Amino acid sequence: MSAYIRSGDREWYKKRLNGGILCVVAAFSILIARLFHLQIIEGEEYQRLSLNNCIRLRSVPPSRGLIFDRDGRLLVDNRPSFNLLMVLKDAAPVHETIHRLSVYTGLPEGELLEAVNVRNRRNSYKPVMLKADISRDVLAAIEVNRYDLPGVVVDPQPKRFYVHGPSAAHLLGYIGEVSPGELADEALYGDLSSGDFVGKFGLEKSMDRLLRGEPGGRQVEVSATGQVVKVLRTVEAQPGLNLFLTIDHDLQAKAEALMDGITGSVVAMDPATGHVLALVSSPSFDPNDFVGGLDAAIWDEMLLNPHAPLENRAIKGEYPPASTYKIVTAMAGLEEGVIDEKSTAFCPGYYEFGDRIFRCWKKSGHGTVNVISALSQSCDVFFYQVGEKLGVDRLAAYALAFALGRATGIQLDREADGLIPTSRWKLARFGEPWAEGETLPVAIGQGFNLTTPLQMACLTSAVGNGGPIPRPTLLDRIENADGQVVEGKDPQAAGTEMRFLPVSPENLDLVREGLRRVVNGPHGTARGSKIEGIEICGKTGTGQVIGRDRSEDTQEVALPAHLMPHAWFVAYAPAENPQIAVAVIVENGEHGSGTAAPIARELIRMHLVSGDERTETADV
Amino acid sequence: MFDRRLLIYFNWGFFGLVLSLVCVGIVTLYSAVAVGTAGPPSTLYIKQITWYGIGLFILAIVFMIDYRYFDRWAYVVYGACLILLAAVLLFGRYGGGSKRWLGFGPVHLQPSELVKIAVVFVLAHYYSRVMEPRGLTLRELIKPIILVGLPFVLIVKQPDLGTAMLVVLIAASITVFVKIEWKTLIFFIFAGAGSAAMAWLFFLKSYQKQRIMTFLDPNRDPLGTGYHIIQSKIAVGSGRISGKGLFQGTQNTLSFIPEQHTDFIFSVWAEEVGFIGSACVILAFMILIIWGLRIAHECRDPFGTTLSVGVTAMIFWQVVINIGMIMGLMPVVGMPLPFISYGGSSIVAVIVCVGILLNVSTRRFIARDGQVIG
Repeated sequence: MSAYIRSGDREWYKKRLNGGILCVVAAFSILIARLFHLQIIEGEEYQRLSLNNCIRLRSVPPSRGLIFDRDGRLLVDNRPSFNLLMVLKDAAPVHETIHRLSVYTGLPEGELLEAVNVRNRRNSYKPVMLKADISRDVLAAIEVNRYDLPGVVVDPQPKRFYVHGPSAAHLLGYIGEVSPGELADEALYGDLSSGDFVGKFGLEKSMDRLLRGEPGGRQVEVSATGQVVKVLRTVEAQPGLNLFLTIDHDLQAKAEALMDGITGSVVAMDPATGHVLALVSSPSFDPNDFVGGLDAAIWDEMLLNPHAPLENRAIKGEYPPASTYKIVTAMAGLEEGVIDEKSTAFCPGYYEFGDRIFRCWKKSGHGTVNVISALSQSCDVFFYQVGEKLGVDRLAAYALAFALGRATGIQLDREADGLIPTSRWKLARFGEPWAEGETLPVAIGQGFNLTTPLQMACLTSAVGNGGPIPRPTLLDRIENADGQVVEGKDPQAAGTEMRFLPVSPENLDLVREGLRRVVNGPHGTARGSKIEGIEICGKTGTGQVIGRDRSEDTQEVALPAHLMPHAWFVAYAPAENPQIAVAVIVENGEHGSGTAAPIARELIRMHLVSGDERTETADV
Repeated sequence: MFDRRLLIYFNWGFFGLVLSLVCVGIVTLYSAVAVGTAGPPSTLYIKQITWYGIGLFILAIVFMIDYRYFDRWAYVVYGACLILLAAVLLFGRYGGGSKRWLGFGPVHLQPSELVKIAVVFVLAHYYSRVMEPRGLTLRELIKPIILVGLPFVLIVKQPDLGTAMLVVLIAASITVFVKIEWKTLIFFIFAGAGSAAMAWLFFLKSYQKQRIMTFLDPNRDPLGTGYHIIQSKIAVGSGRISGKGLFQGTQNTLSFIPEQHTDFIFSVWAEEVGFIGSACVILAFMILIIWGLRIAHECRDPFGTTLSVGVTAMIFWQVVINIGMIMGLMPVVGMPLPFISYGGSSIVAVIVCVGILLNVSTRRFIARDGQVIG
């Protein structure tokens, strides 16, 4: 039988093919019936929809999440603003409508026409932006003359508003129109279209996904003049999530006031939790300037400003840690046993290493010092010797274990790693082996080492804590629009395994005592910043801008301002169970004790005084 | 070595019907992309005419090669297409969220279009050797399932669910045509339903379910596909009996309808020529398909018959799904309308189908002696 089929039994095939034809005819009958239904039975209704009115899609942008400080004070808000749009098809004749619009509102006609003609618009039912963020006067004029202005649409748009202007600008960041490059990144910006706003900098950028929300839209039926007749379907926009920061706005404002006119950075944090209380980079900028599209003049000024106001120095500024690094050297030396609490060194004001002379900052010398007095008086000679005994790689191993030399992972973009030099690094970087003499400046923070203010604040916190190294964070909690806390969205909260300074409590206590005496001891380098009733523990630093190598006999001549050394001060307070850790750097501030320490002192004072007094201080 | 009998038996009627559909395609595309839009008229229709030209050239080649060579070379063609599909996943270009195209200099090939034909080749090759009046058994269906499964998985990976589904529909059509045993058929229906239920309950994530639900019911997504559907229905419905007149459509010139020159092109035609013109095109498609089945019937060779049924099924499903989708009868999937939608690869693929049908039809008498004629 099968051979018969293969040779072609036409009857058998015919039966099956007739079945096929039956199916085909049935399917096409359904198509024709549906066509009949749409075009003949319901045709009139569809014709009405197509001729007189049109179904349009209006997108409803979500409202962007707000940002508050730790006490719920609003830092970033959305304010209403109005965009002037035109639907060209409804506005015909366009030129006459534009002319009337110009007469009523006083907006220059040429500018409006240019906005209309700027591109070849194939889709003339899509509203064209005539002018963003129109004034209330223009809005009123349009509303009054609405019937004379067919096709003119006023679109209320929330506009981002940074309540305190330049305050905390570097950490809050700013938003701007999504760029074509960003749109190409489907994973991050796939649901956006050009003209939408996204975070460009700071938390606005790094938390953009959370702040942005989900856009909604409406299917609407509009009349011949473009007015909405009926809303057919609505998909509600999902507002973005609200961020509650760890920032204390009062402390932030105080720090900014203290840094006014100074180039540098301040980071204050809660040592126990890593909550950043204040994060200042000075000079700052006003993020409100970016919202409506940045003015070219302001942009040029920012780019040309030698103090780089757009750079967030707290996380991106890499500075030689200078004498603040002696904390690292001291802990490493004690742990490795190259010194102990009884070890002393004699400082005649210099140290001879081979045929080179390394100078101490105090020409007359510190005499005999131990680890505590060497820290409190910042004796270079003592730490040259510790560094020499440790060698660069052992010292670096500790620095890295103290979480230096790599980004802290705070929720901000483009954080710098800093640099902890090792012999292997130098070989890779310069193709040269490490010279032993290079270890000495590294031991006092003047070699290749680079740290950011945030890293130093973390290190200081860890010392103040007695071991645990905090993970710095800016986010206290995330809430949805209904005020419910949303968990599991904070990228920083993901890695929460505790890290500790690999230092014994006894050795850590020696270092802490040294830091206590920096401020409270009779010879401490920051004794001028002592406060009655609060024991501040700190470390000064003077980071030379030129001549990192102290082996040469530099003359004590007045340096031009931009070559003056950077002034560091890192501190925590109170000495037991510290509540605040601060890192301050003042670029070209000369001495840590003179310029940086008083700033830290004021912030500590403010944070530790009671609530009532604090409001008074804030008012001053 | 041209056999004059190829001209004598050439199926001019069938060819003429195809040409008239091509004309409808050019006119509609011109209306969709070049009329009533601000800015310079698009030249997409010129590109499309070029593609028709290329298609005719390929049609001539496909026509000249005796279809029994396709029988011999079925697995080679199939293998080559699988390699192209794999290459798409490795080196393909992204477009609209999926990887479908392979670039060869200026030409961008969509291998999934060619795979449909290759699958028809291998299935026709296999079934023409095993088919029995009692119908195919489960064991005999294992090989076809593998042959269809491989390209299916590769196309789903792109992801191009519409084409993947089409491959399955074509394969199922051929299989049902060559007859399956009743119990096997019932087994497949239950197995299919069962595995779909299993997947739904245990394997699919909620967002995937969401996507499937939207696919089945566009109203769940009123701002996306739901919006496309209502605009498309307005366009079709507003054409009424005689339409708004050629190039007088309003819906299409406003870019209301997405993809108006590709998948939604029939709505432009329906709006401008109304029920009379649209019904004519639908009937023309129906005649074309029934004609294809007649060619299958006239062929005395099992391979030629199954081959013709396969390529006819391919045209049938594309027409029904596309027009059904435009009128809101079917879920929205990326499915071009044969001969009319814009798109090089799909035009070439469907014209190859026509070439195959003409090929089989013309050789219905001359091939009887079993001699291969080139």
